[in-house]
Amino acid sequence: MIVEYEPVIGIETHVELVTDSKMFCGCPAHFGADPNTNVCPVCLGLPGALPVPNEKAIEWIVAIGLALECDIAYHSQFHRKNYFYADQPKNYQISQYDVPVCSGGALDIETDGQSTRVRINRVHMEEDTGKMIHVGGGGRIKDADHSLLDFNRAGVPLVEIVTEPDLATPQQARAFAQELQAIVLALGVSDAKLEEGSMRFDANVSLRPKGTDELGTKVEVKNMNSFRSLERALAYEIDRQTAALAAGEPIAQETRHWDESAGITGGMRSKEESSDYRYFPEPDLVPIEISYALRETIRERLPELPAARRSRYGDLGLDPASIAALASGGAGVTERFEDAVVAGSDPKTIANWLTGEVAAFLRRESVELADTPLSGEHLSQLERLYAAGDLSATAAKQVLGGVLAGEGSPAEVAAARDLIQISDIGALAAQIDRVLADHPEEHQRLKDGDAKVIGYLVGQVMRITAGKADPKVVSTILGEKAEG
Amino acid sequence: MSSLADLTLAEAAASLRAGEVSSRELLQATLDRALLTEAELHAYLTIDHEGARAAAAAADEALVRGETTGPLHGIPVAIKDNMVTSGLETTAGSQILAGYVPPYDATAVTALKKAGAVIVGKTNLDEFAMGSSTENSGYGPTANPWDTGRVPGGSSGGSAAAVAAGSALTALGSDTGGSIRQPAALCGVVGMKPTYGLVSRYGLIAFASSLDQIGPISRTVEDAATTLEVIAGHDPLDATSYRGEYPQYRASLGRGVAGLRIGVVAELAGEGISPDVLTACRSVVDSLAEAGAAVREVSLPSMEYALSAYYLIAPAECSANLARFDGVRYGLRVDGATVEEMTARTRAAGFGPEVTRRILLGTYALSAGYYDSFYGQAQKVRTLVIQDFTRAYQGFDVLVSPTSPMTAFELGSRTEDPLSMYLVDVCTIPSNLAGAPSISVPVGLDAAGLPIGFQIMAPALGEEVLLRVAAEVERASGWNNRRPPLVGDDRGV
Repeated sequence: MIVEYEPVIGIETHVELVTDSKMFCGCPAHFGADPNTNVCPVCLGLPGALPVPNEKAIEWIVAIGLALECDIAYHSQFHRKNYFYADQPKNYQISQYDVPVCSGGALDIETDGQSTRVRINRVHMEEDTGKMIHVGGGGRIKDADHSLLDFNRAGVPLVEIVTEPDLATPQQARAFAQELQAIVLALGVSDAKLEEGSMRFDANVSLRPKGTDELGTKVEVKNMNSFRSLERALAYEIDRQTAALAAGEPIAQETRHWDESAGITGGMRSKEESSDYRYFPEPDLVPIEISYALRETIRERLPELPAARRSRYGDLGLDPASIAALASGGAGVTERFEDAVVAGSDPKTIANWLTGEVAAFLRRESVELADTPLSGEHLSQLERLYAAGDLSATAAKQVLGGVLAGEGSPAEVAAARDLIQISDIGALAAQIDRVLADHPEEHQRLKDGDAKVIGYLVGQVMRITAGKADPKVVSTILGEKAEG
Repeated sequence: MSSLADLTLAEAAASLRAGEVSSRELLQATLDRALLTEAELHAYLTIDHEGARAAAAAADEALVRGETTGPLHGIPVAIKDNMVTSGLETTAGSQILAGYVPPYDATAVTALKKAGAVIVGKTNLDEFAMGSSTENSGYGPTANPWDTGRVPGGSSGGSAAAVAAGSALTALGSDTGGSIRQPAALCGVVGMKPTYGLVSRYGLIAFASSLDQIGPISRTVEDAATTLEVIAGHDPLDATSYRGEYPQYRASLGRGVAGLRIGVVAELAGEGISPDVLTACRSVVDSLAEAGAAVREVSLPSMEYALSAYYLIAPAECSANLARFDGVRYGLRVDGATVEEMTARTRAAGFGPEVTRRILLGTYALSAGYYDSFYGQAQKVRTLVIQDFTRAYQGFDVLVSPTSPMTAFELGSRTEDPLSMYLVDVCTIPSNLAGAPSISVPVGLDAAGLPIGFQIMAPALGEEVLLRVAAEVERASGWNNRRPPLVGDDRGV
């Protein structure tokens, strides 16, 4: 008998917060400084140094918890997680254990039109480690000649979000990861860049006979640096485990690394699996108190979350594809959209530009919209010119390009590039009369009611107006003459 | 008085302000005393001649300008070598930190400097403050100024010996299970452990974070109060620092004990306490009653479990606190083929046997499957100890006991039996578990001529009543800054 298996997947996500300072000291928490310049006795673990919690980070984890419908603990506690590693200054990490700040939440995701509720087990606060660069050998700690340490990242606030094993497919895992990133970005608490490691996903995956409730031996998969690699790694791991079970081989409980270029997961040394972290309450810190008042203040200040925003965009008449494209457009896209819509512009037109011409420009130039001169006000000005017929659809797109390139406001670009189209009937009538006078044969056919000649005449009008005539208006006037 | 080095802090400060002596003269007398005694005592690990001379000169110049920056202005002070000092080697008594020069000052050190204190140097201690005799120092033991064949107590043995011998006028120690009070008792000086959180721990090299507290070791109760006033205060760099009011502690001295209710802890006044110590302490208790205090015996049943709980909690915390000494960033490094081997070799070479023992004990107590029965159980006992104290303080203002069950013991007599060394702390440990203040005041000598310490305990933040009783004990005992034979006691008692 062939047993059919189904995957059971849980995700652990680490999110680095973009607070000004580190979790337990005043050092800058941002990236990009020279190695070991954003350090002090506390984050270097010098003898005698003590941690003091960053209150902003606590507020932000509460915001994440509330966005994920979690219960927020009134009293929470930091624990020490003990393990030796050279990138960890104290050889223990200040983390949380049995009383996390947030517990018991949920996040709804959608795949193929199906909604899945993913329960959140916990969201807790901890500190990041330093970075190690292994020099020589294979670039790994085991065979390197020596290793270099940079403690700039040590002590950066890190939030860990742990799901229940509620995901059943790699596609769902990816959808969860993307939705979580959207939430974190909406909250503005992290830049959530997978490639830079400011958002990192680990997945636990096991197989069980389809339709049963039992849990198989789980394997932890690490080192996925993109949504695509998360999905690929899980698909690979599910195939690997399925094949193993089919061959009657047991699944080892282990941590496996995803190798992006080889497209496979590989086992790590099992020695690291038997860690006993010897958690105990961090005696250098007093319990974290989160008052009802603070929690509710944070709740009131929560921005609109992605799901609510999608629903509202649907109400504005946008289709799901446009909504998704806007949401994933990067920094500044939804803000510009909102600004333009608030200013009275047609949502669909603005969405089409942002997801079409603008998105193409951003991709081509590898920039974020937020870093370009194009503002929401520009978009609504452009939309007014377009709606009034002063710009053709093609001209409007050219103007967009000009504004993005820093040539000025839409009106300025349109004027400078001479793109304002003539839709004034009086002005066009004169031009049409000139064309008819120059083309007596076609004029006669028009008078005879031959509508087929209109296209040619419109083209002639466009030619003598250098493309600025509104072809619709010209066509209408000519049509009237034909019937006249 | 044979030397300026034998003045009390209060006397020296008054003379300084009156222009009768200079800070430089005080320092010179202190350094001369060190020169005379250090070969025998080894109270100091580092004497900062240059820094101290510069500080004394600066203090004198300020005095000439009519400026004094605080009550310790111009006073030679010693600091236990587990408090970091910027630019001055700090070892915590461990070979693993040999040559380590910190880039910053502990908050308590900053407070001393702001108050105009002259820092003479860094005193010897049991490695990482783990011990009760200073014999666990990685740099050799300190001797007791009252009998150089005996221990000064520990772990702040260097600070206690220096203050007793006159190579510092006052000193800082740290107290995790009695490490200020017990050496103070054995060296015939006053030692005080303040309420947990009163003095910032920032820059104190941690032994057991939930128990460690910095406090003064001084010649008189008043000097201890003066020193405490300088180092106590809220510190935003220590999350466990007390945020409330900090009174002027000297104001509570000299008010007597009439009307105060004093409880003699039954569990700390019988079995295991040497007869001479018991007799001296009973005599003090009688004089307190004569001075108008209501004295009764009180039972705190959890006391007998406090020692066991302490020897699980303190090693557990130290096992994590000392993990940072790995050879990666500072201190000793013994190379190895891998990072793990380097760390293992460094720690094996750098830590002494007692530190190694406690790290192992603590690691075991926190291990999966053992946590509940060891560390978890110890925390429950700690809660019981706190509850016992709370109950007792409903009927008493302070509790009293001997500080140490015995006077100074001979060097080497207990080093082979760690458990017998642990028992030395039986009277002092409960105050650490409760986070409450406690003080040891010298009250007399035993038959062998060794000092006996009397311990007073008060509820958390009860420093004022504690010092008030301590001052009366000091007055009634007639101790009066008695000097050890090593330096000659020409006050003649």
